[in-house]
Amino acid sequence: MGAAKFWIVSFVVSVAFLILTRWLITNEYYFFAAYQVLQFIVLATAWNILGGYTGYTNFGTGAFFAVGAYSAVVLHKLTSLPVPVMMLIGGVMSGIIGFGMGYLTLRLKGVFFAIATLALAIVAQTLIVNWDYVGGARGVYVIRPQHAPISGSYVQYLYSLMLALTWVSVAIARTIERSQLGLGFNAIRDDELAAETAGVPTLRLKLIATTLSGALMGMSGAPLPYYVTYLDPASSFNLSYAVNSVAMPMIGGMTSWIGPIVGAVLLGTIQQLATVTISSALNLLIVGVLLIVFVIIAPNGIVGLVQSRWRARIR
Amino acid sequence: MAEPILEVSGLGKRFGGFVALENINIMVETGERLGLIGPNGSGKSTLVNCLSGTLHHDSGNVAFDGRRIDGMPAYRRTRLGLARSFQLPKPFRSLTLVDNLRIPLLYTVNARHGAHLSNAEIGERCRALLADVGLADKARRLPRDLTQVEMRKLELARAVASAPRLLFADEAMAGLSPSEVEEILVVLFRLNEQGITIVLIEHIMRAVMSFSTRLVVLVAGQKIADGAPQEAIRNPEVERAYLGE
Repeated sequence: MGAAKFWIVSFVVSVAFLILTRWLITNEYYFFAAYQVLQFIVLATAWNILGGYTGYTNFGTGAFFAVGAYSAVVLHKLTSLPVPVMMLIGGVMSGIIGFGMGYLTLRLKGVFFAIATLALAIVAQTLIVNWDYVGGARGVYVIRPQHAPISGSYVQYLYSLMLALTWVSVAIARTIERSQLGLGFNAIRDDELAAETAGVPTLRLKLIATTLSGALMGMSGAPLPYYVTYLDPASSFNLSYAVNSVAMPMIGGMTSWIGPIVGAVLLGTIQQLATVTISSALNLLIVGVLLIVFVIIAPNGIVGLVQSRWRARIR
Repeated sequence: MAEPILEVSGLGKRFGGFVALENINIMVETGERLGLIGPNGSGKSTLVNCLSGTLHHDSGNVAFDGRRIDGMPAYRRTRLGLARSFQLPKPFRSLTLVDNLRIPLLYTVNARHGAHLSNAEIGERCRALLADVGLADKARRLPRDLTQVEMRKLELARAVASAPRLLFADEAMAGLSPSEVEEILVVLFRLNEQGITIVLIEHIMRAVMSFSTRLVVLVAGQKIADGAPQEAIRNPEVERAYLGE
């Protein structure tokens, strides 16, 4: 399937999914839960553009996500822009940070880059904690508008926005994967020096990857203040965002756009179920255990496992 | 005398206090087969790294095809037509052999002015390049399925895929058996006949002597001989460097 066709088909699927869910589901909680799963699909897909395709591990997802969320808080206090516009601006802010992070790759590779991204998250969190205008450490309340701009509740509206962003992110990832850009990313992941001598402008490509990845993370964070109505640094910079956005592509499979979706749906749903039935404190434990299991039995994730089974059968 | 394709003058490179290369002057003529030899640690690979842009030299200057390329990033040098292969093969491990070659075709050949290959043309070119080095039947395989000599051939094929005018073959034969060395030499001779100037960095003297039309000898970061192969290796300084006093 060509890129243009995929955009159209995935759009139709997303719209159909939206109509179906809005039509069939009446319990508000399911939209609340589905929003989280979709948000994780976006985060995992965005992470995978840099981590999976290009081979640079980013532990700073929380920073990009929270910068998007806090951009929305600032915009909420200053303006009355609609949420989709806030998502775009949040994406631009996180994209700029992503661009800066791209320059780190000049000197830092592998594990050193990963550590630097972790440090970046801590620096960003410290800045927000000390910024009183957005509530500082005590957090900030965000009052939702009484009515959603479209029919249905406000949570349903946010759910619809997140579904749209999911569509865009997945289609972008899929387009990159099959393009010259994606091949260049893979070359960098496999051997950066060989890529450069084969004519790949490695720095430019890495900047594209970090900017795009950061921007999508920021966009997914922007609706968060309206979703939770109370935002504080401890929860918006939560480690679970970083851990999940690494674990989901790893468990799903990092080489294909489907992998992060599979991982996010699986882990996201399990965590939602655990939160409701057992305890929310259990979430990271589940992620950790599954990650260890998968790293041992299926290092290429679920998609890799299926692919190798399939290849073995046709041989 | 043919036109020089590469002119290196006064090139120097240090790593901290260690002088890796000092005042290197080399002129490479268009179409020639130049052998570059020297004992371990004499600076051969450092020189190739400086010329191909993966390292940057500290002093002196380098001109490719009459154009100064000091400080130019490696990918742009490749686009100008200066390619290299690596001493230890560096294939793109997760990509098939065809995709390994597709990268230089997309990013180098198609990035040049006036060239735009379609997808079908790129596919055809990849298959032709693989056939040239006898890897046609493994086009869809991954590099891990290759033997050592096949890996060297893939490394050369990827360098050649960028349609270079000058190729640095950095120890393309190290660790191979005599018959495998012969296979690689055949490939290199053919590339030279196709008009690619080749600089061969090599330890295997038999291969260097049969391939090169001229020899440059590096010892401890300095050029100590430059001339016809038979004369160069009879140079007393070269004998001393290789055999001791």
